[in-house]
Amino acid sequence: MSIDLKTIKHISKLSRISVDEKKAEKLAGDLNSIFDFIEKLNELKTDNVEPLTSVAETTLKLRSDEVKSKNLRDQVIKNSPKENEDYFVVPKVIE
Amino acid sequence: MSDITKQSLSELVENIKSKKLSSSEVTKAFVERSEKSKELNAYITEDYANAFNKAKKFDEKPNLDLKLPGIPMAVKDLFCTKDLRTTAGSKILNNFVPTYESTVTQNIWNEGAILMGKLNCDEFAMGSSNETSFFGNVQNPIDKNLVPGGSSGGSSSAVAAQLTPITIGTDTGGSIRQPASFTGTVGLKPTYGSCSRYGIVAFASSLDQAGPMAQNVKDCALLQEVISTYDEKDSTSIDFKRNEHSKELTKDIKGKKIGIPKEYRVDGMPKEIEDLWKKGIEYAKDCGAEIIDISLPHTNYALPTYYIVAPAEASSNLARYDGVKYGFRAEGENLIDMYEKTRSEGFGTEVQRRIMIGTYVLSSGYYDAYYLKAQKVRKLIKNDFDDAYEKVDAILTPSTPSSAFKIGEKTNDPVSMYLNDIFTVPVNLAGLPGISIPAGHDAKGYPLGLQIIGKAFDEQNILNIAYAMEEKINFKNNITDWWIK
Amino acid sequence: MSKNKSEYLINRHDNQYEVVIGLEVHAQVTSESKLFSTSATKFGAEPNTQVSLVDAAFPGMLPVINEYCVKQAIKTGIGLKAKINKKSVFDRKNYFYADLPQGYQISQFKDPIVGEGKVILDMPDGQKEVGIERLHLEQDAGKSIHDLDPKNTFVDLNRSGVALMEIVSKPDLRSPDEVNAYIKKLRSIMRYLGTCDGNMQEGSLRADVNVSVRKKGSKEFGTRCEIKNVNSIKFMQMAIEYEANRQVDLIEDGQTIDQETRLFDTKKNETRSMRSKEDAHDYRYFPDPDLLPLVVSDDFIEKLKSEIPELPDEKKKRFIDKFKLSPYEANILVSDNETSNYFENVIKKSDVKLATNWIIGELFAALNEKNLEITESPISAGNLSKLINLIKDGTISGKIAKTVFEQMMEGDKDPKKIVEEKGLKQESDPKALEALIDKVIDDNRDKATEYKSGKVKLFGFFVGQVMKVSGGKANPQLVNEILKKKL
Ligand SMILES: [Mg+2]
Ligand SMILES: [Zn+2]
Repeated sequence: MSIDLKTIKHISKLSRISVDEKKAEKLAGDLNSIFDFIEKLNELKTDNVEPLTSVAETTLKLRSDEVKSKNLRDQVIKNSPKENEDYFVVPKVIE
Repeated sequence: MSDITKQSLSELVENIKSKKLSSSEVTKAFVERSEKSKELNAYITEDYANAFNKAKKFDEKPNLDLKLPGIPMAVKDLFCTKDLRTTAGSKILNNFVPTYESTVTQNIWNEGAILMGKLNCDEFAMGSSNETSFFGNVQNPIDKNLVPGGSSGGSSSAVAAQLTPITIGTDTGGSIRQPASFTGTVGLKPTYGSCSRYGIVAFASSLDQAGPMAQNVKDCALLQEVISTYDEKDSTSIDFKRNEHSKELTKDIKGKKIGIPKEYRVDGMPKEIEDLWKKGIEYAKDCGAEIIDISLPHTNYALPTYYIVAPAEASSNLARYDGVKYGFRAEGENLIDMYEKTRSEGFGTEVQRRIMIGTYVLSSGYYDAYYLKAQKVRKLIKNDFDDAYEKVDAILTPSTPSSAFKIGEKTNDPVSMYLNDIFTVPVNLAGLPGISIPAGHDAKGYPLGLQIIGKAFDEQNILNIAYAMEEKINFKNNITDWWIK
Repeated sequence: MSKNKSEYLINRHDNQYEVVIGLEVHAQVTSESKLFSTSATKFGAEPNTQVSLVDAAFPGMLPVINEYCVKQAIKTGIGLKAKINKKSVFDRKNYFYADLPQGYQISQFKDPIVGEGKVILDMPDGQKEVGIERLHLEQDAGKSIHDLDPKNTFVDLNRSGVALMEIVSKPDLRSPDEVNAYIKKLRSIMRYLGTCDGNMQEGSLRADVNVSVRKKGSKEFGTRCEIKNVNSIKFMQMAIEYEANRQVDLIEDGQTIDQETRLFDTKKNETRSMRSKEDAHDYRYFPDPDLLPLVVSDDFIEKLKSEIPELPDEKKKRFIDKFKLSPYEANILVSDNETSNYFENVIKKSDVKLATNWIIGELFAALNEKNLEITESPISAGNLSKLINLIKDGTISGKIAKTVFEQMMEGDKDPKKIVEEKGLKQESDPKALEALIDKVIDDNRDKATEYKSGKVKLFGFFVGQVMKVSGGKANPQLVNEILKKKL
């Protein structure tokens, strides 16, 4: 299997990381060697194996419907890169 | 009292409780040594002034019933600390100051400990050498230009160099045990669900676990007992009866059955590692343990599995770093441009590489072949351990396939870097506790570690085995303070 | 033309097209706090004041599920006669957007909490069953505001993390009218259950509308387009109409339809392609490793079943069987719980037939005019009941009752008092009426003569005169009887 530059571009788009030609080539090389090593898994037959998503052999605990978090606007906005007292600010989105 | 920083945690606690030492004296000693040790680059953020204040406050009204009375401590910079910058070793969080505290660190402060600063680590805990940190690599106090291991490399270096009496790291694929092994220190990765993940910058949610790093097993046991609590704020935290590890610690491990998995004799394993393992088996026997050969047949598939599962989860966990709510933002012409520039400039190479891997294995058309496949193999790996624990109480393996390597030696070959975690990764995949203890040196005089893997929630047992073996091994770390001018 | 009068078909040249519609309704769960965090869900709060560190996806923050939201989803599932899945799984749906702080939405993909169910619609030509594919729980996103600043988009995360039930129908709907009936029925069921307030102005109920067309009689589905996030029934209907015609035009033109996501532009009344979401289609769903499987016991489900109130379909049946209402009347009265409660309160002490007519007729018209909900009715059920009894026992005539009713609408007054105060009591004393009638006949001698000579139509004139002279208070029945005798 081989990951080509087109695939790298596609993944970079999906992960919102810009990639120029040089970086794409380097990444393609790295990813190919990593996936060569990952392909080892194909030696195993796993048709009847239950996938394991969590090792915690228990189920979800449910919390009660109570409002505990009060107005934290100052706290949540404090760290945001664009100054505005009320909102998070991003470059204009046109729908 | 001289040589405060040479004392173990247990000694310091004893001396503070008996008022032979004050918190201020202890804090001053560790801060001074930290100040003299800048060359190691173990710290990302120092908080010394605050530490002195807190130590003073403690001394004015000492509560000597606490488990860590007035003990200064630096922690891995993956734990969110209220009002103190938390970077996860990344440019993207370079300026991030949490308004909240992680549960694990809160537990520590609740027992009287005092924060000295935040320790260097691989960016988002992705790395095995601390070379992926935005804040530069960390020196191993064992030898200049040697990596301290990773991702908790700042932590291992700081403990080994006695800049902090004890510390905490996080371990997703070996990030506590491998650096412990590389620096001649003790590191425990607890059972998944034992320590809360609340407030820890996430790498791979189904694998991440915080744990203690210390000079010796007893200190490690004490810190583990402090940090392990059930936490309602973490849905994967498990409510089980927790031991008072330090009180229950015993060297009596007579009759304990210890398994030796044949699959851990990997191709090309250095003879030194093989010899260390044999020696470890002898020590265990000397302690009265019974050695049993076992098989963990899917061991070889653990690393490929890990390098699907961990990046997949990471690719999603790191999507929140988008320049909108906090952290670094690069300006862009539009929203997408802003995202792409922010993430491309804010994340380092290794993080970007893993996000790409993770995105790929989850993407349409590849999910079944990679992600689902990996989850199934993960089940097989866990089954291996379950089967083994029908016959044994614990498993003994080397911690790493080699001793610490040179800075820069493996940075251009991701796969060879990943192979570092070959013995530690299966433990994370199965969610089990594992401890690395220093057990000898290689020809270059670099430390080597042995790993003891336990059943889920059986930390006490592996701590006991480690405690017993530690005495027999009688390891001495060769640290010359070369960095102190 | 179609033989079935409610059949909705699009005619082009010699071809008839059927429209196939499926809905993904997003219903906001009624709860105090959010699905995975403890911040409030109140509508209309100041921007970003109901945002916790979890909602804003701060590093190290983790989701913890709200039990009440789980119960609400299961109750809704029971209301939709659906299969409740004892084990369900939360997945992450990954995409980047300014109002999605985590970079993923926690939703349920492979294993939803509720499976297949059904909803019965009452259409003019009979009942229609619409299949429910599934119901799952998920997080709402925040809100992007594009018109506050020329260069920037502002983001308000108050809604981020609020629990939604996504209710996915089978592609069983065939017309804008059926969509109207479906949404109203769904809303009615959820209001009965108290699981969603159904307030479309506040965004508590929105839908993604999947539309495709096919030649009438064809068994295969056409390529569908999904019209995102439509927030009123009227817009849904307009969007479907536009979209179906657009697709028919393309087919008639020999072109193909692209499967795509579209947006309904309410100003231009048209749908258009959403380019901004074009490359966001690979959502990379995977089970959320921060959460464990959600498992509910039989006891848990049984307990919830025992809390389910009588729902509209059952209530309708009871109203028809027990109160002999017509299906039309029953339908109107059960449309929401408040109306049916009002009705049942009125008929506790008064005549069913009269009550039905007065509620559906006078009361609804009056409320409508004042733009009031039944719960805001100035006339309480008790007082309406009294009014009906005054009619029934002959104290006042139907006509007078309307006057009294109007007075009551001005403020909740006891109708008996109004009748007394204004002297509106019906005149039923035969002697008094006789005197009145004698006077009317006397005043209209010539007309009386005409009547006697066979112009019987004039009877009505005399009734009218008597009523007029009595100020409308004369008992019409008695007036009739006496007049007949006297004339
Ligand atoms: Mg949809
Ligand atoms: Zn949805």
